[in-house]
Amino acid sequence: MEMNKWLKSNTYHHSTFRDLAELVEKKQELGITISLCIPTLNEQKTIGKEVVIFRSELMQRYPLVDEIAVIDSGSTDQTLEIASNFGADTYLASDILPEIEPKRGKGENLWKAIYQLKGDIIVYIDADIKNIHPRFVYGLVGPLIHRPEIKYVKAFYDRPLAFSQGTRPSGGGRVTEILIRPLFSLFFPELSAIIQPLSGEYAVRREVLESIPFPIGYGVETSHLLDVYTRWGLSAFAQTDLDQRVHRNQPTRSLGKMSFGIIQTFFSRLSKMNVIGNVPELNTVLRQFQVHDQEFETVEFKIVEEERPPMIEIPAYRDRVASGPTEAV
Amino acid sequence: MRMSFDVILDSLPQYRERIAELSEIMLANLVMIAEIPAPTFSERRRMEFVLERLNEYQLLNCSTDEAGNALGILPGEVGDRNILLVAHMDTVLPASMDHMVTIVPGYVSGLGIADNSLGVATVVTLPLILKELDIKLDSNLIVIGTARSLGRGNIEGIRFFLDNTEIPISAAICVEGVRLGRLSYSSIGMVRGEIRCEVPEEYDWTRFGAGGAIANMNEVINRIFEIPLPRKPRSTIVLNSMKSGTGFDEIPTKGSLQFEARSESGQMVHQLGETIENIAAEVASHTGAEITVEVVAQREPGGIQFSHPLAVSARRILNHLNVKPRIRPSTSELSAFIDKEIPAVTVGLSTGENLNEPDERIHIDPITTGLQQLLGLILAVDKGYCDGDE
Repeated sequence: MEMNKWLKSNTYHHSTFRDLAELVEKKQELGITISLCIPTLNEQKTIGKEVVIFRSELMQRYPLVDEIAVIDSGSTDQTLEIASNFGADTYLASDILPEIEPKRGKGENLWKAIYQLKGDIIVYIDADIKNIHPRFVYGLVGPLIHRPEIKYVKAFYDRPLAFSQGTRPSGGGRVTEILIRPLFSLFFPELSAIIQPLSGEYAVRREVLESIPFPIGYGVETSHLLDVYTRWGLSAFAQTDLDQRVHRNQPTRSLGKMSFGIIQTFFSRLSKMNVIGNVPELNTVLRQFQVHDQEFETVEFKIVEEERPPMIEIPAYRDRVASGPTEAV
Repeated sequence: MRMSFDVILDSLPQYRERIAELSEIMLANLVMIAEIPAPTFSERRRMEFVLERLNEYQLLNCSTDEAGNALGILPGEVGDRNILLVAHMDTVLPASMDHMVTIVPGYVSGLGIADNSLGVATVVTLPLILKELDIKLDSNLIVIGTARSLGRGNIEGIRFFLDNTEIPISAAICVEGVRLGRLSYSSIGMVRGEIRCEVPEEYDWTRFGAGGAIANMNEVINRIFEIPLPRKPRSTIVLNSMKSGTGFDEIPTKGSLQFEARSESGQMVHQLGETIENIAAEVASHTGAEITVEVVAQREPGGIQFSHPLAVSARRILNHLNVKPRIRPSTSELSAFIDKEIPAVTVGLSTGENLNEPDERIHIDPITTGLQQLLGLILAVDKGYCDGDE
């Protein structure tokens, strides 16, 4: 599919779907269910607000979403208590599929949500969004409800970074612009049309989610794009402009770790796809530097991008699917 | 046969559970409203949100006006009365501050959450609550979020509406976020102004001594504190804020001081205003600085009597809900109604702390009682228990 044509036909603004009554009617006609998954780790400042707004607007007033679940990596603050108090279903990731050795990482929570949640569509929304609004959900599920051929909807933003004197209207997306878009431009030019490939907010059909592997760390979003693109092509994607997303700004060193994890995932995909031939075994230690008593010293971080297999390969999941697609676990 | 007042009071507990269930919708509206900055004269985005909600709740005549108010009408079954439900949308907080709201069990915190995001969320959500409770009013309920209320806004929004509407208003209820139990039905006289001091560039420092604008303002302040204030009528002068100077090495050449003089007597308010102007002129004359006084807002005292049925009903409802009425005069929207001789009260919704501070917060649980109170009051007006001739 031609990139410009795709940009025109598959790029939306959330306001296109603001008529929630109409969206709910269409969803009911289709007879589908939608689950909202919020992966968390110590998000007590924002989780209460997120649950209240989504429950009120998208469950009570307009039954667009059938369940809201918080899947937590082991918060040490009040995240789970607050989420539960305001009516979300709360789970510890390690309690889901307990027979499988637990791993820690956002991708693990997203993967286990496929098993735990019931919806035909799962919407993933990060918990650290300061300016949360129902558009974060309806803007993403809208294209899936209206266009059956679309399988994966990604958010993009005019991203302000939060700073002490309010917000400024641009910035952010440094890893995208410095790493991902150049890599996509080199190897998968069509994917560079995805404006915010690393955004943590997306809505996906179950049949897609259950059939793709999940890196548990930084590479999960990148691997999704590559895997869905390889199997279904660019036309399976849509993207929605959700306006602004106010969130914590990450220091450059953290972005270095993120980039290291993403590159591991990217190269392992390139190798599997035979795009660049055999890749030697990749190092898993990232070295950064700091100055201590006027001496440079190395700080080493071991970052291993482990991967979960497609959920459909997990026997417990297949049993669950066999016992009924809408059965709550 | 009309519903008796006791029946209204007795009906309030039965609404409690359902209101509590609906509090989630109220909280969601509260968050979305509070996260839209709305400093006085810049309320447009908040106004648009309010209007969108009123439209969504299918009120009639949803519209804005030249003053930037947002309003909608919930038509009554009979339509012989018009009840105005008012909350000011503006805040004293600049848009550059972080307006992020946090909700945890028990309370909601964020800039302006009490003053007056909770008030706005309440009036916006009330039509939905009435619908969910299957309460059909005989009267038309006009819901209005007002702009330009605070400070230099000088309640221009509500004044504009009252000056230009052709709808006869039977009674008005002004809603403030805090404090539950607060009851205002009289307005205190008030003059609000800003004193500005500027030391000219050709200022002769050897003649007048060092100190600059701050020293001159200090002189003005000392003289204001010397103004004798009578015990009756009760009167007070409040110095609200002061700005001057930039730091070491710079003699401050400009300063400003905001003040309010309040009194139960309109004559006393005028007198205090004049005295402050005289002080400014006198200090200017012997220091060589330019000192001016700009009056930015003025209110005449007045209001309904303690025994007015609206005031009596409001107290009875609070007592019935085991909330002790805290009666105090107001200088807010109420004054505009008093000027137009429209019976009006201001009520509070919940309890809270740290008003107009970055950690401002309101408690969630009392909101249910606050809403019961508001429903009781609307029903009392609707059924004619607050008419002045009764």
